Amino acid sequence: MDFAFLQTTLLTLLGGLPLTLELAVSSILLGGGGALMLTLMQASGSLLLSAPARAYVFVFRGTPLLIQLFMIYYGLGQFRPTLQELGLWSFFRDPYWCAVLAMAMNTAAYASEIIRGGLGSVPPGALEAATACGMRPLLRLRRVILPLAIRQALPAYSNELILMVKATSLASIITMMEVTGLASKMIAETYRSIEIFACAGLIYLALTLILTRAVLLLEWRLSTTRKNGTPA
Amino acid sequence: MMKTGFLTVAVLLATAAVATTGAVAQTKPTAITIATEGSYEPWNFTSAGGKLEGLEVDLANDLCARMGVTCAIVAQDWDGLIPALNARKFDAIMASLIVTEKRLGVISFSEPYAPTSAAFMVEKSGPLAKLPGANSTVDLGGDPAAVNAALAPVAAALKGKSIGAQTGTKNTDFLDSYLKGSVTVREYKTTEQHDLDLQAGRIDGVMAQKSSLTALLLKPDYKNYTLAGPTFVGGVFGKGIAVGLRKDDATLKAMFDTAIQAAKADGTIEKLAQKWLKTSLN
Repeated sequence: MDFAFLQTTLLTLLGGLPLTLELAVSSILLGGGGALMLTLMQASGSLLLSAPARAYVFVFRGTPLLIQLFMIYYGLGQFRPTLQELGLWSFFRDPYWCAVLAMAMNTAAYASEIIRGGLGSVPPGALEAATACGMRPLLRLRRVILPLAIRQALPAYSNELILMVKATSLASIITMMEVTGLASKMIAETYRSIEIFACAGLIYLALTLILTRAVLLLEWRLSTTRKNGTPA
Repeated sequence: MMKTGFLTVAVLLATAAVATTGAVAQTKPTAITIATEGSYEPWNFTSAGGKLEGLEVDLANDLCARMGVTCAIVAQDWDGLIPALNARKFDAIMASLIVTEKRLGVISFSEPYAPTSAAFMVEKSGPLAKLPGANSTVDLGGDPAAVNAALAPVAAALKGKSIGAQTGTKNTDFLDSYLKGSVTVREYKTTEQHDLDLQAGRIDGVMAQKSSLTALLLKPDYKNYTLAGPTFVGGVFGKGIAVGLRKDDATLKAMFDTAIQAAKADGTIEKLAQKWLKTSLN
């Protein structure tokens, strides 16, 4: 084991961590907003709103993120004159925003289905009881629907969060030098793929560990029973 | 007794070792697999019909015929070429692979079959079209003072610009070591991708092998683009393009060396250069 090499590798790759985190956080936040909108559109009961939302979810869940990223970056890059006329080129010129857009649009589709599942799990009896108690719709949403729905949706959503952190590795194909991009560059220079990919994997593993612990803590806070007394 | 016993064992082992290496060296392969990248027109690329074509594909077939082996040519992503060769996924690389010290540390090379030079490609109407040093050649292995003098105006003209190059090529090495702080280097998985980004206007120029750029510029899609600045040779750009081979494959190296010498001598390589690069190799 060449520990000196592993150490330099780890330090070099950590240089890509800020970009990885920025990509993940921006796309999760934007995607979360998009997901909420999609869920509301689907739940609206109006075909005019729910049909486009359903079509969107179908398309973005049905195609690989890699292809979405290529289409948005290289595909739209061929329509520069049109995008310049619309004043959108400064956005699409930047690989960072293309990556955030692709990942946010992708996660919005998945997360909207997760939220829909959470809302669907709220028992009608609980809604009736809340109404019978005289709760107004907003209070009912805050005190009954959201706590129950979030509790149900959280485990599935934590999966989606982990997937998004790892999906940032695709951004290296559009020249973003995040952790995986730096790893590819190092491998191209040294040909020591096993050690370098192992270090990159370790960084993602650490990120996932922190993320899962944080979600578990949240789950524990939201649980009604708090069986074990302490978070797992 | 102990001593003679030890000696006998040692001699036996030594003969066994000689016999084994001898046996390996004697068995000439009858079929080999050659890997190329398949996205570096006109050296090697995938045609519209999905077939691998290009100078290196033609040359590989010619060399195989000379060596009397049947060969299969496969495409493999650029960043996996050398690791996969050493993992014995194939036997040789012909993918515009330049001979460098770093690569010699992990694989061996045949005799070079083509020299290398690199250049910038920029938009004709853009500010970089008048990059200083046009029609001159900078030998990076030459006198450091002369190299610096030639590079200084280029670096000044490129200040604040972004240049695309393929990850893991000598082009990125050059940009990183000679123009660091002056240009923003954007790294791409394939050269096709940086060409697309140049056309989209996301980058101000690309750096790639001159022969490849020259061929690209003949296409109607690139009529608004041109080569700019000096041609770079030597130094980080290494000792020419050669077949990449495993270090323990001395037999195959000897076979390739002989075949390449023959292909050079009878003008086959020059003919292929005229066919694919539309220019002489030198």
